[in-house]
Amino acid sequence: MTWDTVASILIGGALTGLVYSLMALGLSVIFGVIRVVNFAHGEMMTLAMFAGVFLFTGGGLDPILSLPIVAGTLFILGYALQRRLVEPFIARPEHEQFILLLAVAILLVNGLLLAFGPDARSVTVDYAFDSFELGPIFIDKVKAYAAGVGVLVAAGLLMFFRYTRTGKAIRACSDNLMGAQVVGLNIRRLYALTFGLGVACVGAAGCLLSLLVDVTPMLGPELTLLAFVIVIIGGLGSMMGALLGGIVVGLSEALAGLLIVPSMKSMFSFGLLILILAFRPQGLFGKRT
Amino acid sequence: MLTVEGLELYYGDAKALDGVSVAVEDGEIVAIVGANGAGKSSLIRAIAGIETPAAGTVRFDGEDITGWPSYRVCDRGIGQVAEGRQIFPNMTVRENLEMGAVIPRGRARCDETVEDVFAMFPRLREREGQAAGTLSGGEQQMLAIGRCLMGQPKLIMFDEPSLGLAPALVAEVFETIRTLNAAGTTVILVEQNVAMSLRMARHAYVLENGRIVLSGLAEDLLDDDGVRQAYLGL
Repeated sequence: MTWDTVASILIGGALTGLVYSLMALGLSVIFGVIRVVNFAHGEMMTLAMFAGVFLFTGGGLDPILSLPIVAGTLFILGYALQRRLVEPFIARPEHEQFILLLAVAILLVNGLLLAFGPDARSVTVDYAFDSFELGPIFIDKVKAYAAGVGVLVAAGLLMFFRYTRTGKAIRACSDNLMGAQVVGLNIRRLYALTFGLGVACVGAAGCLLSLLVDVTPMLGPELTLLAFVIVIIGGLGSMMGALLGGIVVGLSEALAGLLIVPSMKSMFSFGLLILILAFRPQGLFGKRT
Repeated sequence: MLTVEGLELYYGDAKALDGVSVAVEDGEIVAIVGANGAGKSSLIRAIAGIETPAAGTVRFDGEDITGWPSYRVCDRGIGQVAEGRQIFPNMTVRENLEMGAVIPRGRARCDETVEDVFAMFPRLREREGQAAGTLSGGEQQMLAIGRCLMGQPKLIMFDEPSLGLAPALVAEVFETIRTLNAAGTTVILVEQNVAMSLRMARHAYVLENGRIVLSGLAEDLLDDDGVRQAYLGL
């Protein structure tokens, strides 16, 4: 195998990883602020992937173009979910939150099975097999576009948290909840916005991933696990950690395909997880507690 | 301005407030004194809408605000400098101040009020871009007061503002409270520093086990033998 093949595969892995980053960012934002772990994260991603496929086959819409629609819809879904379902569970023990969100996950998987059946579906855009050539290195166009849009969405979210009043208020809630109450922030509304944003993130990521991999309803649990692996590697609650963790996992999957067989990719990411837990349990970007 | 009547508050089965009534007149300083665990902070949190009372009423400017959520109470003009300061440690000094003006009441004059706060506490201007968690205790207390002013409050409730501060800073904090009051802000002062707060206040209330056991003019309480024995160690 030549070095330029290796480089092409690794770049492809990193680009896919950036889409994973966006998914993990959603999980990290929700956990970092509300301290609730979204155990239905991957299932929500699958829902978004099916939406991407559906809008493509039904409406001829490129998933990159349908992304705002899907992300917007999932934002509303996440907002309503927090307001109606998760909010009463915030003060409850963690295992009860777990069971609640597991129920949401099971409903989503089986709803999708009911609606679309168990078969794999995919999006084949007309540039699906095109690639950019950087000298001897080939980069898949779909991967480059998906990663590029993913980075834009993530950058937009980071700017929202850094510069807008509402974004800062959400950070304030995660920094000191009592302080947030003292200055009169509307915490229930900010929590619902946060859950909505986290789910919108995973919606955007799902749309982009529908360009790269086939989707089945059973993909959900696998993606939930993947999102957990990424945020634990990157550092729980850290946005930069989620972004970097996604790239690391994308690279490790590509390496698995390169060195052994692609179906062993989970072994690599789980192996990384074990290494991180053993030697740097707070994650790459996490703070020691 | 503020009338609290028969307020009862429970934490689970434990009664924190047992029929507390307090009246605060426009422009005055009211001191609330009592031992640790007497219910002083509970009273403030119940007025602020952070805790929901089981019974009783809170009226502010003639309006019944009992059971309102804290963001609505703040927006009516009841500000709070909470116990332990409750700043946002990972956000900058300026961002902390901005958070005080998120309530609609504070938004319009946000930038001007930041300037006012910086004029009042020049040290905060020097540390504008610094994470608030890196400030000293005294600076954090100034930040907490400044953040409260950002919401344009008519009434400020101070909960143990001198706790953990060096004596020179304690004097500065009390001076600030006096200045704010002279400028027209009504003040509720909860303090462990009983002598100092009674000297500043016009009216005062003594809380014990969630009940008001004594109330009246602060100067009279200062002369009261029971108060002198229990709280002033005389």
